[in-house]
Amino acid sequence: MVKGRTGQRVRLYARGTILGYKRSKSNQYETTSLVQIEGVNTKEDVAWYAGKRMAYIYKAKTKSSETRYRCIWGKVTRPHGNSGVVRAKFKSNLPPESMGRKVRVFMYPSSI
Amino acid sequence: MAPTSKLSIGIKRASRSHAYHRRGLWAIKAKNGGAFPKAEKPAAAAEPKFYPADDVKPRVPSTRKPKPTKLRSSITPGTVLIILAGRFMGKRVVFLKQLKSGLLLISGPFKINGVPIRRVNQTYVIATSTKVDISGVDVAKFDDKYFAREKKQKAKKTEGELFETEKEASKSLPDFKKDDQKAVDAALIKAIEAVPELKTYLGARFSLRDGDKPHEMVF
Repeated sequence: MVKGRTGQRVRLYARGTILGYKRSKSNQYETTSLVQIEGVNTKEDVAWYAGKRMAYIYKAKTKSSETRYRCIWGKVTRPHGNSGVVRAKFKSNLPPESMGRKVRVFMYPSSI
Repeated sequence: MAPTSKLSIGIKRASRSHAYHRRGLWAIKAKNGGAFPKAEKPAAAAEPKFYPADDVKPRVPSTRKPKPTKLRSSITPGTVLIILAGRFMGKRVVFLKQLKSGLLLISGPFKINGVPIRRVNQTYVIATSTKVDISGVDVAKFDDKYFAREKKQKAKKTEGELFETEKEASKSLPDFKKDDQKAVDAALIKAIEAVPELKTYLGARFSLRDGDKPHEMVF
């Protein structure tokens, strides 16, 4: 987030899209969300991202701690399927409005 | 052992006097002047006034000591690190040594990218394969105590003063810290300028661009 940052803007996170909740045909399990990370297309690629922290950022009408931006933190838990989709658990379950919206997948905790 | 009696169960092979002689108590008695030595009974402890209703085990404090943090094999003194979060995110920085608390001691150098001598956690850092020669840098004096916060001075205030601003403590860096920075950086910058383009590399920040795939990048 900007937070009054004046210098160069650097992106140190990968972009991800929230696809929805973990679900079967007629049941959904909201504690786990599915996320599609840009550029990740196979189960083997996901291994790098396991455990990385993610943040779902959204805006609210009222200001809390001087800013209207709010965040739900979470982390990548495991791959979902063979094609690079990822399961994620957040500190509190993601709201349904988040489906289709962006999530930031950070590069920490890093093990490189 | 003496052969068992074949007469019957309970009839011992050795007679009373024979068994007495074999036990040898007569020798101990003789040594002690005629009587068997009696052990002194310890003084009876005073009966406690209070017996708790339940038997509760007293809690034993843990003697477990945490292991020292393992330093990643890719991080050696002089490695250029990329900071991933915090005020200096994206900055490329030189690693100096690992402190006792497990945190990494780094320096920008300050002149090059504005990162002072600082501590950073290993998990918030990517190690690159670029190394700087830091044999000329003396980092022995830096430890975790150097970075401890200044204790706030609690001056007793009168009622009038209480309502004034409490931010009286100056937040400027003490001079000795500025000097330490200059001392460390002097040797560092010399080593950096010896390598072509390393100075601009350290001055530039790292950022992901469109199409970048962090999981495929080699740092």
